[in-house]
Amino acid sequence: MHELSVATSLVDMACEKAHAMGGVRVEALHLRLGPLSGVVKDALLFSFEVAAQGTPIEGARLVIETTPITVLCPTCAEERVLASAQRRRCPVCDTPTPELTGGRELELRALEVWEDAAAHR
Amino acid sequence: MPPRIVEVREGVLKKNDLLARELRERFRHAEVTVVSLVSSPGAGKTTFLERTLRELKAHSRVAALVGDLATDNDARRLAQDGVAVRQIVTGTVCHLEAQMVGEALAGWDLPALDYLFIENVGNLVCPASYDLGEDLRTVLLSVTEGEDKPLKYPTIFNSADLALITKTDMAEAAGFDRAAALHNIHEVRPGLEILEVSARTGAGMARWLERLAAPMPARA
Repeated sequence: MHELSVATSLVDMACEKAHAMGGVRVEALHLRLGPLSGVVKDALLFSFEVAAQGTPIEGARLVIETTPITVLCPTCAEERVLASAQRRRCPVCDTPTPELTGGRELELRALEVWEDAAAHR
Repeated sequence: MPPRIVEVREGVLKKNDLLARELRERFRHAEVTVVSLVSSPGAGKTTFLERTLRELKAHSRVAALVGDLATDNDARRLAQDGVAVRQIVTGTVCHLEAQMVGEALAGWDLPALDYLFIENVGNLVCPASYDLGEDLRTVLLSVTEGEDKPLKYPTIFNSADLALITKTDMAEAAGFDRAAALHNIHEVRPGLEILEVSARTGAGMARWLERLAAPMPARA
């Protein structure tokens, strides 16, 4: 369970960004999370609350978008979306697909911040 | 006024990735080949590493870093004449991070080494997320573990460059279904290179050592 380490990195990152924007209040963090990132969504949501306590972003929401696993099918020469990581084959032609094009994301996509920090404190 | 959306688009583990990149650059300058080992607890990382170090040290300069939650038992086991070994005790942390590797290297003369091995904490989940700057990440699967492990832990098999099936001397006793194991590895990671070894009998060690001597393609 390394989600607490990941959550701590996420909180540090958001605090730095908020500070760099002049100490704005953070309403929400938007995260893109791939099934092959090695991070479990529910564990991260739980850890995030713990990690954010006592920091400038305490109370901010963590919004997680799960990204699809995508691969390049060498036979179809098309990008395909896979239903599961347990079967890395093209859903159309059943060819094994070594090349992963998406699914490993662990990315802070955006922050939702209050422009006028003072009004909302 | 509603809250404003500010684009960030940065990896959450960016700090680790940057440190790993710096390490990789240091290793390249020092011309040291860095190989990491990941597996579940008990897959035989330490025994396999012991044998690898013993065979390599006849003609190469080798060193190892070993990660563990507690105890330095593995480092003491691995310490041999002519092999520098350092333990990284991670405490409650279930994986190694680039920063821990960087700190553990303090005072080591990297250019004096040909190979550096990094044994990760026994864990098939968490190490997958952290780049350590290695040239080759190997994931070990022992014949006693069950052939469906790759299906249960696809992420670690996707973060590795090579899979090693270990303890092959015990395959028969364990009722190991080799074809199923190979199939499952390739179901979660088509094309992943697989070697089969026994640290006890030495079977497969020659191919492994050949693989270590071959040029490593750039990682990450």
